[in-house]
Amino acid sequence: MNEAINTLTRGFIKENPVTKMLLGLCPVLAVTTTAVNGLGMGLATTFVLIGSNVVISMTSKMIPDTVRIPSFVLIIATFVTIVDMLIKAFSPELNQSLGIFIPLIVVNCMILGRAEAFASRSGVWYSLLDGIGMGIGFTLALLALASIREVLGSGTIFNMPLIGEDGTPLLVFALPPGAFAGLGAIIALMNALEKKRGVN
Amino acid sequence: MAEYLLVIVSAVFVNNVVFARFLGICPYLGVSKKIDTALGMGFAVTFVMTLATAITYVLYYGVLVPFKIEFMQTVMYILVIASLVQLVEIVLKKVSKSLYNALGIYLPLITTNCAILGVALIAIQDKYSLVMSVVFAFFSAIGFVLAIVIFAGIREKLEDADIPGPFKNVPIGLISAAILSLAFMGFSGLVK
Repeated sequence: MNEAINTLTRGFIKENPVTKMLLGLCPVLAVTTTAVNGLGMGLATTFVLIGSNVVISMTSKMIPDTVRIPSFVLIIATFVTIVDMLIKAFSPELNQSLGIFIPLIVVNCMILGRAEAFASRSGVWYSLLDGIGMGIGFTLALLALASIREVLGSGTIFNMPLIGEDGTPLLVFALPPGAFAGLGAIIALMNALEKKRGVN
Repeated sequence: MAEYLLVIVSAVFVNNVVFARFLGICPYLGVSKKIDTALGMGFAVTFVMTLATAITYVLYYGVLVPFKIEFMQTVMYILVIASLVQLVEIVLKKVSKSLYNALGIYLPLITTNCAILGVALIAIQDKYSLVMSVVFAFFSAIGFVLAIVIFAGIREKLEDADIPGPFKNVPIGLISAAILSLAFMGFSGLVK
């Protein structure tokens, strides 16, 4: 039981795919202009991760070692296509703002990384937990960066205004430099917190 | 001609793949510790990106559109890119040993470089012609080379800098990238 809980929760902070393992940074930087986009991207990626983790853990014994990577990519691409069609059907707005980053989930190295490092050598149940945990960790990181950028860059949070009519948001945080600097600051903060906890 | 010039300037500077489009961040951060390796990665990317965009373009309009199966785009593109990378590796190994030794270790990494897939998708999305797509892909790759080589130069200097503990390695790299992309934003407005 303890192992199950550990598999589920380690992705949240301790082995967070974004801040700790630096995987899948392209969508993290690109779509985090608003909290809604960040959350949408996080959930879409989580869905693909859970699906691919489960299917890969079920089929990995049947797949010959030499064609392992292409087969994994194909499985991931199938789930990405499903998510792409779902978003197009149910939320055209989100589809508009996430743009090509939905099909690009397929090359998110976090997903292939989990397939290779975990799902292909673990049972279905643990792979499911790993997918959920890592997905939540990824979503948390996206949401954190997106909230910071939305509050500072547009003066809103989840599209609700925070500053008055005459307030001027720091536009640079909505632009690419804000994404790089914001993520740098978050990772540095995580490093500092970890170091402090390690000393105590 | 002016049209081509606009696409070139836009691809290299204004909509730089790394700084404006956020594509290929993993190799950008991962393979930029030294200028030499950054250049090697850059050339491998240029090679594969140009080829992949041309091939996927032909397949998209030659196979997916006539059969009305555009939803297979993602699956087909990633398969094309993965097999292309494999093919390039095999051909290089046979034809040019020196080029293989220079690019060899970077080639497998390119499959998961989202800039390749991203640029191929943008070429379709923006409805470029075949020639325009190839030009766009090649110069987008040049933009990538430019970004990664400049960044590698900065990181070589950062090696000697006295950086506060928590900011070491990646965080300071990201902050430098922020300043760099701020500089690249000076190009915006150059092309509409």
